[in-house]
Amino acid sequence: MEPIIRVENISKTFQANNGQVEAVKNISFSIEKGDIFGIIGLSGAGKSTLVRCLNLLEKQSEGNIYIDGKNLMKLSSKELRKQRQDIGMIFQHFNLLMQRNVVDNICFPLEIAGVGRKQAKKRALELLETVGLTEKARAYPAQLSGGQKQRVAIARVLANNPKILLCDEATSALDPQTTKSILNLLKEINQKYGITIVVITHEMAVVREICSKVAVLDHGRLVEEGTVEALFGAPKTEEAKQLILNTYA
Amino acid sequence: MFDETIRNMLIDGTWATLYMTLVSSLFGYVVGLPLGIILAITDKEGIKPNAVIYKILDFVVNLTRSIPFLILLIMVMPLTKAIVGQSYGSTATIVPLTIAAAPFIGRMVESSLKEVDKGVIEAAQSMGAGTFTIIYKVLLGEARTSLLVGVTIAVGTILGYSAMSGVVGGGGLGDIAVRYGYYRYETDIMFVTIIILVVLVQILQGIGMMLSKKLDRRRA
Repeated sequence: MEPIIRVENISKTFQANNGQVEAVKNISFSIEKGDIFGIIGLSGAGKSTLVRCLNLLEKQSEGNIYIDGKNLMKLSSKELRKQRQDIGMIFQHFNLLMQRNVVDNICFPLEIAGVGRKQAKKRALELLETVGLTEKARAYPAQLSGGQKQRVAIARVLANNPKILLCDEATSALDPQTTKSILNLLKEINQKYGITIVVITHEMAVVREICSKVAVLDHGRLVEEGTVEALFGAPKTEEAKQLILNTYA
Repeated sequence: MFDETIRNMLIDGTWATLYMTLVSSLFGYVVGLPLGIILAITDKEGIKPNAVIYKILDFVVNLTRSIPFLILLIMVMPLTKAIVGQSYGSTATIVPLTIAAAPFIGRMVESSLKEVDKGVIEAAQSMGAGTFTIIYKVLLGEARTSLLVGVTIAVGTILGYSAMSGVVGGGGLGDIAVRYGYYRYETDIMFVTIIILVVLVQILQGIGMMLSKKLDRRRA
C-alpha cells in the first residue's frame, strides 16, 4: 500500500547573511496511514523546517514529497490550498486568532473551505465537545490557559476532517500534566478518526508516550529511524543514545 | 462675547474644518489602506514578497512624506484647480490634504499589519487560506485595534494640516485664525479658534481610543 506521506531525498538550503545554511540534508522516509510518527531532535536539528515541507509552507530546495501518492511540487497553487485542508497543523504557540472568540476560531478553517456560517457554527460546537471545552465557546483566547488554547487549536484543525495532522512542538509550551492530557487527546483523535499524526518534538517522553515510529534528526540529517521500542531498547547511533540519556538525566 | 457675525463665522469655520478633515481622511484611507496593505505583503517578510513593488512604493511614500505640507499645498495648486475648479476654500483643500495623508496613512497601515503575529498567518496558510483571505480575515482582523489607533492619529494630523492651509485661504478654523489673529491682531478670535481645535482633537481622540479599546480582545 502507498504510504500516506513519502519524503524522497529532500534538502532545504536557506540563504543567510553569512552564506548558505543547509537546514535539511537529503532526507527520505515514509509514514504509513494511521501511524503516529515522531520526529525528534535537538533545537536547530531541522525538525521544524522538515515538517513545514510536508505542507509546503517551506519549499524544499531539492527532492519530492508525496501525500497520498500526489507529488506536492506538481500541484498548482489552488490545488495546493485544497490539499492543505487535508493536512492540519498545530503549533507550539497555538496561533489562534486573538480577536476572535473560541467558536469563531474554529469556524475559521471552515470559512476558508467555503462552508456556510450556520453549518460552520454547528460543526464548531460539536468539535468543542470533542475537545471538552463546550463551556468556553464564547471566551477569547486571551482568557484561556495554554492547554485550553491548544485544545481550541486541535478543534480548529479537525474542522475540515484532515487526513494528516502535523504537530510542531505542540506540547513544548505546556506543563507536564497538561502535556499528558493533550497527548491523550491526540491519541484519541488518531484512534477515533484514523488521522495520521506527525509529531515534531525535542522531548523523548512525548515520543515514548504516543508515537509508534520515530525518526531521529541531527544537524539536518536523519540519523536513525524505526519503531519506538527499537529506538529505546537498542539505539544504534550516538545521537539517539544521547537524546535518550538527556531525557533521564 | 462676540457679535452674531463672528459667532456664525466660527460655527461655519468649525463645520468647514470638520468637513475637510473627515472627507480628506476618508479619501486618504481609500488610497492609503490599499497602499499600506501592498507595502505590508510585498515586504520581504510579507506573504507575497516582491522587492520591486515594495521598493517603488517605499520610495514614493518617502518622497511624498518628505515634502513639508505647506509647500505641497502650494505645489499641487494647479492640480487642485484642475480638479475642483479653484485653489482656495475648504473643498479645494481636500486635494492637497488627501495627497499628504495617503502616504502617511499607508505607512501607519503597513506598520499595524506588520505587528500581526507571523504564527497566526502561518496557521492560516496551513489551513489553505489564499492571499486575499489572509489580508481580509487575518491581517485586517487581527490588527483592527492598531488600525483604529492609526485612524485616530491620522484624523488628528489631518485636522492640524487643514488648519495650516489657512495660510493660503484654505477655509475653516485655520483660515479664521490667520485672518484675524495674524493680519488683524484680533487675538481673541484666534484664541477661540485654538480652543475649538483643541476640543475637536480631544473629542476625536477620545472616540478613537474608546472604540479601539472596546474592540480589543487580546486582554483577558
